[in-house]
Amino acid sequence: MSGKSVLKRLDWFSVLLYICLVFIGWINIYSSTFTDEATSIFDFASLYGKQLFFIGTSAVAIVIILALEANFYERFSSLFYIISIVLLLGLFVFGKTIAGATSWYNLGFFNLQPSEFAKVATALALAKYLSDIQTDIKRQKDQMIALLIILLPAFLIIPQPDPGSALVFFALIFVIFREGLPLYYLGIGSMIVLIFILTLKFGTIWVAIILGLLLALFLLFKKPSFKVPIIPVSLIYIAIILFSLSVNFVFNSVFEQRHRDRFGLWLRLEKDPKKLEEIRKTIGYNTYQSEKAIESGGFSGKGFLEGTRTKGDFVPEQHTDYIFTTVGEEWGFLGTATVVILFTLLLLRLIHLSERQKNHFSRMYGYGVISILFVHYFINIGMVIGVLPTIGIPLPFFSYGGSGLLFFSALLFIFLKLDANRLNELT
Amino acid sequence: MRKLLLSSIILLVGLTFIGRLSYLQIFSFSPNQILEDPAIKAVYDYPERGYIYDRNGKLLVANQPAYDVMVIPREVKPLDTLEFCKLLGIDKEKFISQLKKARIYSPRLPSVLVPQLSKEDYGRLQEKMRRFEGFYIQKRSLRYYDTNSGANVLGYISEVNEWDLERNPSYAAGELKGTTGIEKEYESILRGRKGVKYIQKDRFNRDIGPYKDGALDTLPEQGKQITVTLDKTLQEYGEKLMVGKHGGVVAIEPASGEILALISGPTYDPALLVGRERSKNYSKLHYDTIAKPTFDRSILASQSPGSPFKTLNALVALQEGAVTPETTIKCYNGFYVGRRKRGCHCGGGNRDLNSGIYLSCNAYFAGAFRKIYDLFPTSAEGMDVWEKHMKSFGLGSYLGYDLPTGRPGRIPNKEYYNRIYGSKRWSSSTIISNSIGQGEVEVTPIQLANMTAAIANRGHYFTPHVIKKIGGEDISIPKFTEAKHTSIDKKYFEPVIEGMANVYHKGTARWLQIKDIEIAGKTGTVENFTRINGVRTQLTDNSVFVAFAPVDNPQIAIAVYIENGYYGSRYAGHIATLMIEKYLKGEITRADLEKRMLEKTLEDEYAKPYSGEPFKINERVW
Repeated sequence: MSGKSVLKRLDWFSVLLYICLVFIGWINIYSSTFTDEATSIFDFASLYGKQLFFIGTSAVAIVIILALEANFYERFSSLFYIISIVLLLGLFVFGKTIAGATSWYNLGFFNLQPSEFAKVATALALAKYLSDIQTDIKRQKDQMIALLIILLPAFLIIPQPDPGSALVFFALIFVIFREGLPLYYLGIGSMIVLIFILTLKFGTIWVAIILGLLLALFLLFKKPSFKVPIIPVSLIYIAIILFSLSVNFVFNSVFEQRHRDRFGLWLRLEKDPKKLEEIRKTIGYNTYQSEKAIESGGFSGKGFLEGTRTKGDFVPEQHTDYIFTTVGEEWGFLGTATVVILFTLLLLRLIHLSERQKNHFSRMYGYGVISILFVHYFINIGMVIGVLPTIGIPLPFFSYGGSGLLFFSALLFIFLKLDANRLNELT
Repeated sequence: MRKLLLSSIILLVGLTFIGRLSYLQIFSFSPNQILEDPAIKAVYDYPERGYIYDRNGKLLVANQPAYDVMVIPREVKPLDTLEFCKLLGIDKEKFISQLKKARIYSPRLPSVLVPQLSKEDYGRLQEKMRRFEGFYIQKRSLRYYDTNSGANVLGYISEVNEWDLERNPSYAAGELKGTTGIEKEYESILRGRKGVKYIQKDRFNRDIGPYKDGALDTLPEQGKQITVTLDKTLQEYGEKLMVGKHGGVVAIEPASGEILALISGPTYDPALLVGRERSKNYSKLHYDTIAKPTFDRSILASQSPGSPFKTLNALVALQEGAVTPETTIKCYNGFYVGRRKRGCHCGGGNRDLNSGIYLSCNAYFAGAFRKIYDLFPTSAEGMDVWEKHMKSFGLGSYLGYDLPTGRPGRIPNKEYYNRIYGSKRWSSSTIISNSIGQGEVEVTPIQLANMTAAIANRGHYFTPHVIKKIGGEDISIPKFTEAKHTSIDKKYFEPVIEGMANVYHKGTARWLQIKDIEIAGKTGTVENFTRINGVRTQLTDNSVFVAFAPVDNPQIAIAVYIENGYYGSRYAGHIATLMIEKYLKGEITRADLEKRMLEKTLEDEYAKPYSGEPFKINERVW
């Protein structure tokens, strides 16, 4: 197989989307870290200069990834996984602490974040395990092992503390679903989340009333032939009420104040305008400022380098987790919608690519890539525009950070390499 | 099914995001961004307020720089406190407490440490300032008065209040605006338009440069200078004469309606309401409830006009044909209203129009007044005609001059008397006091002056005004440049003016003659009352004089109203003739009159009602 044929079979549409996202991301990092004293875009003392360097590094990494044998990734996936676990464990001893989280190795000019590497490794390892001929996902034991592969790195990352990154691993459960984990797991999971949120927002009584009404409607309009199993339905109803009651207890007694604050903020539980004003200056500062910055962009934005709130540094962490606010302020609705559309297109494209894989490993890895990218994109933008609680994770290809960009690129291009190779495997 | 699950979730999330983003960026977006944006601060650049000049181009009001020493507490470095305090002219305790106050207000934002340094202190401080980090000097502009007169006309400026802010969006908190007088009336002209600079701030409220490189900034527009109709010399002279007297003096140029002098006694130096002592001074003036220096008597004091009003009654009687100049009315050292006798000081005998005026015969005017009403079947109809004539002289209305305050005075009408006495239960006898300017009729000094100007013009007047030029160009405001005609024919003025000239030649004001100036005038001695502990008590008569000169080509019409000055020919007459001479000749020939007016005061008279003891009125002091 020659390098030329890889380039020929590479999915250029995905590559194009990737380049667009990285380019738009860098433009916005440039804007949010730009100062009037700046000299050249290659100034490595500046953050945008560094990011440009990381983009170059990623490009080199992509060339290497595409040049390597396709089966290299499948063959060494277990090794990558073990290395990543060792690296995560090593953080407890050698880790460097930045902003309160011990998540980095200091490599001199560059801080390496092994959790980013672990995302790639775990996706590979999970794909490898699930595609193994001996694995049957309908078996409970195999389900447990698959879950363990996902949860092990997650639990090593939680105490850093970096709950946001840990959450990403849970997204890999999607892969198992795709491969046949019964859907009612997902149903029960979403039900629990929904009841939890509804209880916090409206209280147990309203949850009971709404569910009762839904049930009554169902009974009224059901086909006469359909027999309702009265006892199980009543038991489920009671179980939900009990769960709803326990939510209040958990929220008030188990959760810490900062968690309560974040949920309270997210669900808009505070109605008193005076306290709201207070919240805006304290725990809600980030969310308030980021929403305001996006809002102030209006339909067409204030223009490149014209974002006043960006220049004034009103949004904290703007070049990393809150980079989307720069898009919102300077490029307006046109810019933000473009970014959302680019991500959506990329994810749908990747689903399409995954589905056409004949090789099980490739398909499952593809789903792993999709799950990881999707959960980052969903949580990050959701948080920035105020529809999700504050959880600090970066926006793939956008947020400032070397490890992030490098491993997101690796994550994507390993899959594109596998995809480019799919026809070779048939022959 | 499983294949579609993830795709549909992704699409759903994408739609949710776009929905939320359109809510934020399209529906919640407010076009007033720039003012609501915490990252942009609008810094205003204030233009200089327009100067005010008198009719001869003499400066009245200009601006002076004031220098505030400002401090940003956070940036203060250790300094030689003693030396700094010495330069500022304050003691160390004061310095420390001010600094503490500033720090409590905000460590990052500038506060005033010492307000309004004098020019000398500023000079000394300026070159050494850079040694004291965290302090700087901010220049402000204050009003400077090149006269200590005219406070009531010029008015003052003060900080805008909540009410102004709500009503007028062009003001911002802390800005200055004209609050009274000319400063208020011509605020928009004097003020100019402020310039604005938009400054980009960071989240610590520090400046980080101009917003959009100043593309939206505007330059300030200078306030225009205005020229007022006042004669600075006359105004200052009048105020000097009014020292120690309460009352109003208004002088008008009959040919144009321009106000030459508008004096209220007692008054105050306009410079008192500028600078460091401003609020202390203001309280002092405001709470002086006896002298009421902030009460502009020239336009606000509505009182009985007294005998000068007889001239108008004479004009109405002539116009309606109730009398001719030859008609005589007998004076019995008074006249009868029913069985009651009302007094007269003219000496008694047959009076015609001429002697009625120059001897100020009450009986003649009571008779003439009755004759007017006798022409009509009912008193009410007579009243209507009388009221119409009186109002054509600008009485009983605000006149429409360009000062922000005023009183309409009162010309009573039939409804007024119907309310008091009942319909058809009153007649000319009931209201006979109006014939001699007592009773229900009330006027302000400016109305008296305007009425005199109308007589001087033989039948028309121009609405009195103080504006002469705006930005160096003569005004063309129709309200002030078009003549208002009275309802009296021109021919009826001559006999009345002849009587008024005789007042000066051989009548009640014959002591006041001035060489080479022909004056027509009319004295007034007005009974007035006050309440002391609820008891209606008569005070010494008010002294009133109206006059114009020269008789054939009137240059000045003047009304002088002095509270409790006794005979009209005394205080009021003296002041009026002195003012006329000053204006027409530029110098005073009757040094005896001038000396008397500069020296005499009525403070004793004004103290009487507050003494708590019984007192005599109308004492012959000189």
